[in-house]
Amino acid sequence: MDNVKFLTFARTAIKNMFSKPATVGYPYEPAKFTQRSRGHVEIAGDQCICCGMCMRSCPPGAILVDRKAGTWTINRFDCVQCGSCVSVCPKKCLSIVPGYTSPQNHMESETFKASPLPAKH
Amino acid sequence: MAKRSIVPFGPQHPVLPEPVHLDLVLEDEVVVEAIPSIGFIHRGLEKLVEKKDFKQYVYIAERVCGICSCGHGMGYCEAVENVMGIQVPRRGAYLRTIWEEMSRVHSHLLWLGLLADAMGFESLFMESWRLREKILDMFDATTGGRIIFSVMCVGGVSKDMDSSMLKGISDTIKTMEEEFVPIMETFLRDYSVQARLKGVGVLPLKQARLLGAVGPMLRASGEEYDCRRLGYEAYNDLDLQIITSTEGDCYARCEVRLKEILQSFSLIRQAIDKIPQGDINIPVKGNPSGEYFARIEQPRGEAIYYIKGNGTKFLDRFRLRTPTTSNIPPMVEMLKGCQMADVPLLILTIDPCISCTER
Repeated sequence: MDNVKFLTFARTAIKNMFSKPATVGYPYEPAKFTQRSRGHVEIAGDQCICCGMCMRSCPPGAILVDRKAGTWTINRFDCVQCGSCVSVCPKKCLSIVPGYTSPQNHMESETFKASPLPAKH
Repeated sequence: MAKRSIVPFGPQHPVLPEPVHLDLVLEDEVVVEAIPSIGFIHRGLEKLVEKKDFKQYVYIAERVCGICSCGHGMGYCEAVENVMGIQVPRRGAYLRTIWEEMSRVHSHLLWLGLLADAMGFESLFMESWRLREKILDMFDATTGGRIIFSVMCVGGVSKDMDSSMLKGISDTIKTMEEEFVPIMETFLRDYSVQARLKGVGVLPLKQARLLGAVGPMLRASGEEYDCRRLGYEAYNDLDLQIITSTEGDCYARCEVRLKEILQSFSLIRQAIDKIPQGDINIPVKGNPSGEYFARIEQPRGEAIYYIKGNGTKFLDRFRLRTPTTSNIPPMVEMLKGCQMADVPLLILTIDPCISCTER
């Protein structure tokens, strides 16, 4: 065999023994999120007009908009943080912000109050 | 003649990241035949195209596989854009190229780690994955996700990179290149690595062509074939040297992938230098009508995306031919005559992605 070397990795292995771990000590150290990190979807309810565009564009069907009741509901377990709803929202009241929602032991949807458009007569 | 016995291999095996089953027919310790079977993780993602809007489907296409997610989104978008006659703005095409090349580095480093793990070289495995973390962090900073990026959209990309981000990528690549040298040196020149890889699982060029091998597997046998030469996205503006080797063994496949990482670093750097200002996407009006085959070079090899639109927002058909589908027949051929102890290594060197294959 040409170009054969022995103990080629020894230097790196010894260096790694005395350097800091590459991993983060979560949960003892807080997790760091970047500015663009897609953690969870948030809504500014006072600007929402209940048009339902987000509900129709959501690939997993995690959003439910009730125009009559004026509510906007999201099932966090179904949401895949793709950002489809954010890109179609005409009022730009939806946003994806860093940080994940806290874990739950039962499936529950979150409902927000919106300001629906007046009903057509 | 020795007595034949059949050993089941997989679908759950420590060396396999994903489930594939092989029935290995052995004569003593030598494999005389391998019968593969897949179908353990079929999810019916192609069928979903009939139920989801063609713009929504981008998010599903990129969930076909975790490692090639960027390419799957891009390939699907490219097919739809060609049907609809959409010209992606140059900045959007450059951004796609940068993300795709970062994806290639991430995929190859993952594979190198798995290879080291299969050989029992645990510290090399850890070192490869430590380096891969830097790429994942860059993805997180630029797209908001480490594995699933959700930046591809029909008509371009949904997120731009400012100059500080591009400089950040450029600086990280420079550091990574320096840290990559000892890893490359170990894979290429270490005695124990060579003892496991050299002369194992030889796939001659004639057989590779005949059995339809693609990607690094074909290039390791000596064929200069790379879909990036088609010049999609920004590849026609970049200087691309196709990496090949002649031996066709596990060592050659490893060498090709190692050198492709350096090639990808160079392509990212070129793209950052040449990226023009302007729009990143254009608004899409109407629905696709017609059919198109798009071919792109995924980290694992050539992938084909076929779509058929009927003028409504739901497509009639989406078909994806993944690189692993093409690489399974050469793998079965390679397995014949090898030692039982080399089987995990041989399966790994085709870089199998069963999630892609079964969709």
